[in-house]
Amino acid sequence: MPTAAGVEARLPIRSDMDLVWVRQHVRQAAAQLGFGLVDQTKVLTAASELARNTLVHGGGGEVEVSHVTADGVSGLRLTFSDSGPGIPDLDRALSDGYTTGDGLGMGLGGARRLVHDFEVESAPGSGTTVRVTSWVGRRPGRPGEA
Amino acid sequence: MSEQSSRPVAGHVPVLRLGEVLLVTLQGDLYDTTAQQLQQDLSETIATSRVTGVVIDISGVEVVDSFLGRVLAEIAAQSELLAARTVLAGMRPAVAITLVELGLTLPGMRTALNTEAALELLTRPAVPSRSGGLRQESP
Repeated sequence: MPTAAGVEARLPIRSDMDLVWVRQHVRQAAAQLGFGLVDQTKVLTAASELARNTLVHGGGGEVEVSHVTADGVSGLRLTFSDSGPGIPDLDRALSDGYTTGDGLGMGLGGARRLVHDFEVESAPGSGTTVRVTSWVGRRPGRPGEA
Repeated sequence: MSEQSSRPVAGHVPVLRLGEVLLVTLQGDLYDTTAQQLQQDLSETIATSRVTGVVIDISGVEVVDSFLGRVLAEIAAQSELLAARTVLAGMRPAVAITLVELGLTLPGMRTALNTEAALELLTRPAVPSRSGGLRQESP
C-alpha cells in the first residue's frame, strides 16, 4: 500500500536545479502511488511545465506535494504557488499559443490537459497558485476535498 | 525508471562524431542550462566539422516538456540552416503520448525508432520530413 511518507513534501522552486529536484520527487511519488508509466509521464511533464511557470513567470516559489484519496482512489496533488506579478487574463493564459516568456505558449493550457483536476487562482499583484490533481487509474466519482 | 536514467545531468552532453554524422545521446534529467549549452555547442560543432547529419537519441529521456521540446526544435532548425539534417531517435511511447496531449507535436522534425534507423535515414538522399522511422519499409 502506498504511504504518504515518501510523497508529502514542500519543495522550493528557485533555480533550474530545483526543477530537476521537483521532477525527481514527483517521479518517485507517482511511482509510489502506483501510477502507470504513461500517467507517470503525464503528471511528471505537467509538474515540469508548472514548476517552470513558477520559476520564470512567478519569480520563484514552491510546490507542495500531497497524497489525496477519494472514493478509495489515490491521487497526487501538486500545489504550485508564487508571489509574483499574477496573471492578468487567465482565459488568455490558458489558451494555446499564448506566451509572455520564451516558451512555446503551451505551459498552462498544456499542463491542464495532462491532469484530471486543474485549478488556478491568480490576480494581478497577488501571485499565482495552481493546484492540480492526478488520480491513479480513474477519476473518482466525486472529486475529493483535502 | 531506473536509478541511472533519473540521475540529473549537469554540464555538457557528450557529442560523438560518426563519419558525417554527429550522435548526441541525452540521458536522464537535464538542467535547462545543459540543454541550452548543448544547443549552442551543436551549432558550433556542425559549422566547424562540416557534418551533414545530427542524430539525437532521446531513448533515455523520461520527460520532454515544452522547454526541452523547443530546444530540440531549435536544434533541428539551426542544423538545417547549417546544411545538416536532424533526426530525433528513440522517443519513448509514453513521451510521445504526453507530447501530443501537451499540444507539442514538433512539426517538421524527422524521427526514427532508434539510432540505427536514424543513421540509415541520414545516409539516404533527402526525403520530406516525418519519414516514420523506416517501419513501413521493411521488406
